[in-house]
Amino acid sequence: MALTLTELANPTRFMGLVTRALPYLAGATVLLFAVGLILVAGAPEDYQQGMTVMIMYIHVPAAWLSMFTYGMMAASAIGTLVWRHPLADVSAKAAAPIGAAFAFLCLFTGSLWGKPMWGTWWEWDARLTSMLVLFIMYLGLIALWRTIEDPTRAARAAAVLILVGTVNLPIIKFSVDWWNTLHQPASVFRMDGPTIDPSMLWPLLVMALAFTALLVTLHWMAMRNEILRRRVRALGLMAAGGAR
Amino acid sequence: MNAYRSLFLRELRIAVRVGGGALMGVLFFLIVVTTIPFAVGPDLNLLSRLGPAVLWIGALLSTLLGLDRLFEADREDGALDLIVGSGRMLELVVIVKVLAHWTATGLPLVIAAPLFSLFLAMPPATIGTTVLTLLVGTPALTFLGAIGAALTVSLRRGGLLVPILILPFAIPVLIFGVAASTSVLLDPAGFFTPFLLLAAVSLMAGVVGPIAAAAALRGGLD
Amino acid sequence: MENLFGLGPHAGFIVVSYAAAALTVAALVVWILVDHRTQTRRLAELEARGVRRRSAAKAAAVAGQESGA
Repeated sequence: MALTLTELANPTRFMGLVTRALPYLAGATVLLFAVGLILVAGAPEDYQQGMTVMIMYIHVPAAWLSMFTYGMMAASAIGTLVWRHPLADVSAKAAAPIGAAFAFLCLFTGSLWGKPMWGTWWEWDARLTSMLVLFIMYLGLIALWRTIEDPTRAARAAAVLILVGTVNLPIIKFSVDWWNTLHQPASVFRMDGPTIDPSMLWPLLVMALAFTALLVTLHWMAMRNEILRRRVRALGLMAAGGAR
Repeated sequence: MNAYRSLFLRELRIAVRVGGGALMGVLFFLIVVTTIPFAVGPDLNLLSRLGPAVLWIGALLSTLLGLDRLFEADREDGALDLIVGSGRMLELVVIVKVLAHWTATGLPLVIAAPLFSLFLAMPPATIGTTVLTLLVGTPALTFLGAIGAALTVSLRRGGLLVPILILPFAIPVLIFGVAASTSVLLDPAGFFTPFLLLAAVSLMAGVVGPIAAAAALRGGLD
Repeated sequence: MENLFGLGPHAGFIVVSYAAAALTVAALVVWILVDHRTQTRRLAELEARGVRRRSAAKAAAVAGQESGA
């Protein structure tokens, strides 16, 4: 049972591990969501925002997780470019749609939160704008993976783009912050207070944990699919070569 | 050094000759600048306020749309494989190619900008700052765009993908470029902060662009 | 939608937010499961036609208990 990192990096070993671990991971995810939602139901109203603060328990974890997923993809991209490990690209490619889904969820709930709080569906608030840019970058990456047919070529191209994004994201964030303060000085109602009460912090942390467990579960399942897809592709090529 | 100079001259000659498409960018720029008044209306006050933004968007779009020629033509006739296989530093090759491409397609945009700004009834001060920011900012767009062009070099139909991939990275250039161009109307001293930030973003793009584009080319060709 | 489930005046926004989250997650799960079934079926078809990976025999010997492989 003792799995070293090298063994884990073998696709077949990884598939075995996923098959064994998946029931526990899925169970933990469901359990964490159950506990999180019960805690959210018991959480107090915000004195300023009323019950709309409940949206925060989805919005904020989705935002965290979409950024965390990008970080994970950046680590995978280094694995692809430096060690040329096939599993690294499988990891990055499987993570992209999940990260895009979290970013979408963050934008969607942010918009729903903005309507009662700010009075508009969309505010060019620095955070929302940065999240929109992240969402577009996810979509661009997925488009790149879908356009280049050869997996190893697509892997390298995507890895380069992910790392360029990692370098540029802080610059984009800074420029958007700067642009936003230039256009509308401090009129924006801040979504988060400077401090958060423990009675709201605990439900938020449990929900964040639940979303993280969901990410790991879905990511491993998607990685398994990707490995299978590559085997199908390789076998299909072999079959075509044999028929010739 | 000689090799890089002859590469630069070769790129320029190819871009300027018939079918090179160097002037297409300026034409497209003109099209964007003339289309926008039809959409927003002929109100000169509004147009002069939007002027720098219109010029910047036009320059951004025509730069991004002209990028597919950067490596594509050389790949088709095999010249790119020879360049990569020549053992020269690929990053430097990319820098030379980008600079030649900018001279052929980006510089004409900068030169045409004061002419087009008359259509938009822009005041002289804004014309000056807009041209200056375009001069500093468009190389950044070309350097960033080189990444997209290199990533999609092996694709038959990568044309639309390049702007999608590169646009997020161009946001800071656009923000600081337009801010520096327009701020001069409110407060002449407000010009320098965004202008210096734009210059910083340009220098940064000049470093990140060639490194990433070279990595993408190595990955895409073997 | 006034004061649905005691959620205050903006109940609709809260309910839609949670519904959207549930839908997004459900869509991801369904997509991944359908994808898994498609890939497993294709792999089985190819193997039934007698195409085998070079490493498949070796891998089967090393990890015989891993039926997912």
